[in-house]
Amino acid sequence: MSQATHSALIEDLLAGKHRALARAITKIENRSPGYRDLVSELHSHTGNATVVGITGSPGAGKSTLVDKLAKQYRDQGDTVGIIAVDPSSPYTGGAVLGDRIRMASNVGDMDVFFRSMSARGQLGGLSTATADAVKALDAFGKDRIIIETVGAGQNEIDIVKTADTVVVLVQPGSGDDVQMLKAGILEIGDIFVVNKADMSGATKTVADLEEMIHMRGDPMAGLDTGHHGFEIPEHPDSPDGDNEDRWEPPVLKTVATHNEGITEFRGALEKHYTHLKTTGGLQANARIRYAEEIRQHLRSDAARLLESEIEAAGGIDRLADQVADRRTDPYTIADELLQPLTECVENRLDS
Amino acid sequence: MSADTEQRSIRCLVAKVGLDGHDRGAHVIARAFRDAGFEVIYSGLHRAPAEIVQAAVQEDVDVLGISILSGAHNTLVPKIVDGLKEYDAFDDTLIIVGGIIPDGDREKLYELGVAEIFGPGTPMEETVSFIRENAPERR
Repeated sequence: MSQATHSALIEDLLAGKHRALARAITKIENRSPGYRDLVSELHSHTGNATVVGITGSPGAGKSTLVDKLAKQYRDQGDTVGIIAVDPSSPYTGGAVLGDRIRMASNVGDMDVFFRSMSARGQLGGLSTATADAVKALDAFGKDRIIIETVGAGQNEIDIVKTADTVVVLVQPGSGDDVQMLKAGILEIGDIFVVNKADMSGATKTVADLEEMIHMRGDPMAGLDTGHHGFEIPEHPDSPDGDNEDRWEPPVLKTVATHNEGITEFRGALEKHYTHLKTTGGLQANARIRYAEEIRQHLRSDAARLLESEIEAAGGIDRLADQVADRRTDPYTIADELLQPLTECVENRLDS
Repeated sequence: MSADTEQRSIRCLVAKVGLDGHDRGAHVIARAFRDAGFEVIYSGLHRAPAEIVQAAVQEDVDVLGISILSGAHNTLVPKIVDGLKEYDAFDDTLIIVGGIIPDGDREKLYELGVAEIFGPGTPMEETVSFIRENAPERR
């Protein structure tokens, strides 16, 4: 991308042209040449939007809930940006991105900017791409940004962690959902929503969740599982020993298809945001987030830098064969490849 | 794979527009595109031209595939084309039409900017390779 089109794109984006925003996100997704400069320039224009991340198992009703929430935001005069992340086939890279179909309440309203993204098999790259796309929406001037993703693993958890408020969506009566929560999503939820609450089993699911959340706040309240001194790592909502500042995640009931409970849901989101503002959680969150972003960039940049060292050493396959033949081992190879970098850093420290 | 390698993927919007409830073909096409490695956004049934435009612009698709079996193509396609032009999205979107289009109407659609029309019985490979060859080069 030439410098001219680059700045023209930013200019158009900041001026509110939808096509420029769409194209900027494409560049971010594709990692097109120059996308880093693009995001760098956008960064100074960000920081005005509130970001909500919504995750949950497939079919829990995420898209429908997002649609209804977006409608409420629009009704109160806010503009909305939505990023829906869907898995892609690990075999062909292809994907059917179907979340858009559920956006029935906001069709034809260009002030709801809906964008589907696929995983594209990136290792850890998707959370970077999502965070960058959020920046594009933020710089564009969207008041509210919603990230929607299937809660299936670490990758998805990393994605929603780019949000101020994380919502975990559960559907009633399915033991599998509670299983999913055990796998680590419980810790990241700021608000839990039992959708399809008109289905049987909803009350029990709410009770189960409340119990689990209560135990999360006080791990010793449950059975002694041997995790003495267990603390939720780096959770900004639980400053040490200060219970007044602690956020007790509410469990809400919604029937998104019938627009039930959405106002209460929006209320809970506002409440959490206010809580973050008054307790300093907003800044703490941002610090953790940006620190992680920096580390993520460093990791991938350093890895890219070392790719050429690997090539110079005869390629990764040759090195792997040497390890397989017991002529050397992975630690030694890593040390050798890192040698130039290590020397450079040590020299800097010496001088 | 390094996080900074360019990872381009062909994005397609498969669109059902107007009062036409026949979506089997659109579903088959969506799956075939996915299996070809494309990223497919499916519009769902009964979409207004403005909705298709909104989706095509926001999703920044390379290819817009419009499926029409109702015979309303002469009304609906121009509206979509106008909408794309309004948002500067017409020039770099490959528009293809699938469905039943009478021979006499084809020329008019080509003139509007439709790149190709695929009638019933078109082999899937033909459509896929047409897209691979003609998907617009993006700046």
